[in-house]
Amino acid sequence: MPVWTADEIMSVVGARLLRDGMSCFVGIGIPSTVANLARNTHAPNLFLIYEAGPLGAKPYRLPLSIGDGELAETADSVVSVPEVFNYWLQGGHIDVGYLSAAQIDRFGNLNTTVIGPDYNQPKVRLPGAGGAPEIAAHCREVTVIMRHAKRAFVPQVDFVTSVGLGPAPDTRSRPGFRGAGPINVITDLGVLKPDPHDSELTLVAVHPGVEVQDVWDRTQWPLRVATRLEVTDAPTSEELAALRDLKSRS
Amino acid sequence: MAEHLGLSDAIFRYVQDGDTVALEGFTHLIPFAAGHEIIRQQKRNLTVSRMTPDLIYDQLIGAGCVRKLLFSWGGNPGVGSLYRFRDAVENGWPAPIELEEHSHAGLTNRYVAGASGMPFTVMKGYLGTSLGEIAPHVRFLDCPFTGEPVAAVRALNPDTGILHAQRADRAGNVQVWGISGVFREVVMASRQVVVTVEEVVDVLERRPGDFVIPSMAVTAVCEVPGGAWPSYVQDHYERDNDWYRKWPEVSRDRDVFSAWLDESVMGA
Repeated sequence: MPVWTADEIMSVVGARLLRDGMSCFVGIGIPSTVANLARNTHAPNLFLIYEAGPLGAKPYRLPLSIGDGELAETADSVVSVPEVFNYWLQGGHIDVGYLSAAQIDRFGNLNTTVIGPDYNQPKVRLPGAGGAPEIAAHCREVTVIMRHAKRAFVPQVDFVTSVGLGPAPDTRSRPGFRGAGPINVITDLGVLKPDPHDSELTLVAVHPGVEVQDVWDRTQWPLRVATRLEVTDAPTSEELAALRDLKSRS
Repeated sequence: MAEHLGLSDAIFRYVQDGDTVALEGFTHLIPFAAGHEIIRQQKRNLTVSRMTPDLIYDQLIGAGCVRKLLFSWGGNPGVGSLYRFRDAVENGWPAPIELEEHSHAGLTNRYVAGASGMPFTVMKGYLGTSLGEIAPHVRFLDCPFTGEPVAAVRALNPDTGILHAQRADRAGNVQVWGISGVFREVVMASRQVVVTVEEVVDVLERRPGDFVIPSMAVTAVCEVPGGAWPSYVQDHYERDNDWYRKWPEVSRDRDVFSAWLDESVMGA
């Protein structure tokens, strides 16, 4: 039986959601690993867009930063940052975006700005928004990938950097966001999806060896569990080999 | 028409205490040498704008040049925090700084409006976010045609835009290729434009995917080979990722940072 790390199972499960030919907006870190793992395995025609401007990037190594030379040199085209955000994202041309966050709440709102109740006196100053609010608003769908830490899974985020699915039913329709928002949350413990009735995140799958109690222990609200809770298929040795090969090049 | 100047002359002339200055370049073409010259000339009370403050603004902040920072993502990409930025925000060292925080799209569109000669432009962001509540230059409007809500962002016109490019010719036309970020927007939005370049050549040979900023849109050109290190210049040198990874060691502690600044910037 293969063994895997927290990052490995998140990357493998995230990559499985990507279908060949999709356009994918790629952030740095795990999202970039996920997208390139999919491109190197079952989705060779995945169209990767990085916010610095490379369209159709095909990096051999994973970039450290969002604008590394390898992204531009392997891209079909390199456009300006206003074009990325105004035409490609806001214009509605991207199928899926991957995001991470320091905090997520029960309706999938994401915080990457400050920890603590007072913006002006933060307990922790985080990097900020970057491209995340537009990814969350405009991609047809969003997958969130983050470690399932208790301090991160909170009833309500301290600061809404990127809009999720609630609590109000018109959270997305009122501002006229065309994208469906965060419809998958992948952690190192399992997978959460919004309840179709009220958009509250619900545990729909646990990874092999994880108990529901483990997930509850690391979630600060009483997390709902789907009536038919699934167990994620374990990463195959092929998936793990492709992922480790990609990481070893980088 | 652009004038060819030495870097210290250009910064002396075109950056004054209290100015609003934008040193841009998205991962690629970050004008580090110009930033270091600002530090050496001990400019103070600057309002500095940059989508990704990166190491260059971490250094300007730690050196005490900055009163206010406009930004949209303040980290060391793939590595972690910017410790001088955090120390200024969380502890007010070496001086408190005021933040004006945006999303990438928001700050980009502030430059777009500035470049277009408009008082503001509109976008479909900020709605429903806490950023929309705290950002001072964001307002919400209804579209006059459809009634749908939009966010208005105010134009940003820096006193001086500072950029790095591959090359310029003797007339001061500037040629850029690779990731360009908001290069053109900052050129057109800023009242004065200083561009450092890797080399000055007689004839700009065109390249696939390049663009040329005509000399008439540029105030000063400075030949500064290596002026974007440790960021990179496509077809000249690669990003020094090892230095970016090492930056936390240098910047986490105030004394270590100050010693580095004295030796590597002030003493250079």
